[in-house]
Amino acid sequence: MKNNLILYAAILIFGLVAPFIFPAFKVQLSILCVLIILSITWNIQGGEMGYNSFGNILFYGLGMYLCASVQVGMFFPLAEWTESGGEKTFVHTPAQFFQGFGVGLAVAAIVPTIVAGLIGYSILGLRGHYFAICTLGLGVAAGEISGGIEIIGAGQGFTTPPFPKVGSLEARGEFFYFCSFAVLVLTFIAVKSIYSTRFKLVLNAIRDNEDKAEAMGIQTMKYKIIGWMISAFFCGLAGGIMGGLVGYIDSTDVAFDGREMGVFMVLMAILGGKGTLWGPIIGATIFHIFKEGFWTFFLGWQYVALGVLIVVIVIYFPEGLMGWLREKYPEKFGEVIDEKDRKAQVELK
Amino acid sequence: MDGILLGILFALIAYGMALQWGVMNIINIAQGDLVILGGYIAYFMYLYGIHPAWGVIVSPIVMYFVGIGIYKLVINKVVDRDLFISILATFGISILFMQLMNFAFGADVVLANSGYGTTMLFDNSVTLPNSKIFAAVISIVFAIGLVVYMKKSKLGRAIRATAQNARAAKILGVDTEKVYAATFGINAALCGVAGALISITFTIHPYMGLPYTIRSFMIVIVAGLGNLPGVALSGMGLGVFEEFADYILGTEFRIGSVFLLLVLILVYRRFKLSKKREYLK
Repeated sequence: MKNNLILYAAILIFGLVAPFIFPAFKVQLSILCVLIILSITWNIQGGEMGYNSFGNILFYGLGMYLCASVQVGMFFPLAEWTESGGEKTFVHTPAQFFQGFGVGLAVAAIVPTIVAGLIGYSILGLRGHYFAICTLGLGVAAGEISGGIEIIGAGQGFTTPPFPKVGSLEARGEFFYFCSFAVLVLTFIAVKSIYSTRFKLVLNAIRDNEDKAEAMGIQTMKYKIIGWMISAFFCGLAGGIMGGLVGYIDSTDVAFDGREMGVFMVLMAILGGKGTLWGPIIGATIFHIFKEGFWTFFLGWQYVALGVLIVVIVIYFPEGLMGWLREKYPEKFGEVIDEKDRKAQVELK
Repeated sequence: MDGILLGILFALIAYGMALQWGVMNIINIAQGDLVILGGYIAYFMYLYGIHPAWGVIVSPIVMYFVGIGIYKLVINKVVDRDLFISILATFGISILFMQLMNFAFGADVVLANSGYGTTMLFDNSVTLPNSKIFAAVISIVFAIGLVVYMKKSKLGRAIRATAQNARAAKILGVDTEKVYAATFGINAALCGVAGALISITFTIHPYMGLPYTIRSFMIVIVAGLGNLPGVALSGMGLGVFEEFADYILGTEFRIGSVFLLLVLILVYRRFKLSKKREYLK
């Protein structure tokens, strides 16, 4: 327990000073935070509940568009803003910017949660691969449809408000980094406290055998919807921050980017080990470092690498890093294994 | 009219998907990319001056071996595993193919021009490109050929037996490994035919694969596995729906409406089944 506290404190301090130690990597670190949030939230249903969703990108993109729209729409007419060049005629004052961003984030968190609650009853009644394909369809449909809506920029994209200069201070990177880091800490605390309650056991019961869980008197549908809503809440927040960070929203390439972000979150959670608290975090970190390396050195070949990576991870590491560690060092995970039994197993192998 | 012709093509792809879903219990997300790859084969023949109609014969042969290759490299490792694993693995293949095709053939929208004229029907009120009629006829021929093959041949019987019960088939001396590989190959070949026809009648583009996967998935869940008339009928229905959506909502919502229809169909079926306290799985 004491060790854990020291570990958390170390990570927290590292997170707080990181942008000052590595000023060149501020944006990368913020993206890493967003990726970790996404993979943790995916893990809530993908890993713990056994509902493998490709559609969490829906909430992420929704949050992104909502945050930017609210931030603009609070002060200026939205339609004129998204017309080409409109962002040059209207300029946010710093106060307007932060006010708008704050309200935008709140909306970006709440609306996806409500959406998840509303569609949850219909979608979560599907199981197994029907659920996976249905959510995949949902994500792509959202991207295609938002690409046709004029007021949010349609196909030409949506430029988010540029970060205002306060005096001579240019703190854009720091601001978004601390935003994303704060949300990450919030997500981690929320998920960790959820995982220590009965709620997590219910989710695991649903994953292991939903029929039995239902027969035991658990209202599985209720728990599934709540689980999805929790994911949607944090996905929306992450999307809102990412929108501000990237500075430009495109319907299929940034917001509802099922081909990249939507797959990344699944992959990161699987790489780290789904169904664990730390797995998605480790997975996201490794993945991000690997990805940045590839994206820089093999420009143009990144999707090829991504495709190969998915296939290799899925075939050879379906249990992920945490699963592998668990098999190797079961004592560290509090599992007691009979020495004789273990030897016998090793011999069998 | 366009919709029905389009639907026949969709049905051909969907039949391949139903085949491997039924036999191997795998949903192939890369289905659409195989179609596009098949289309590019025909397109290349067109570039080198061969009439693209020959692509209908060459492309399935090439695609059969591509399919076997994919099976040997990836699919045979995920066949007995969790369904989600196979979905993710084929998703990876899909991304890989998409990008490789983008490199190899460029990101332009291309069309293999067959040089067929158009037919006027009903006093010129309906124009019908001959290439579309050609595509419809060829796909019907292939579909019928496949059904007969599945019914009569030894391999077809082995495939059907494996679909019913893989373990029993194995006990009775069917080499299931070979059957799986053949199924995947046949599926890829079907995709090749469909792709070649699509490149003649419509256009192809490296990133157009996923909508084809979703369409064929949709047709299969509406029609059910192994129900060929149903597959053909729902394929045509989907084709007509798309043409209408294109006309009423506008072209930019065409793909979006297809994906939305998929979600709606799944939700509809889920509510219908939940009345009997069952669920889709």
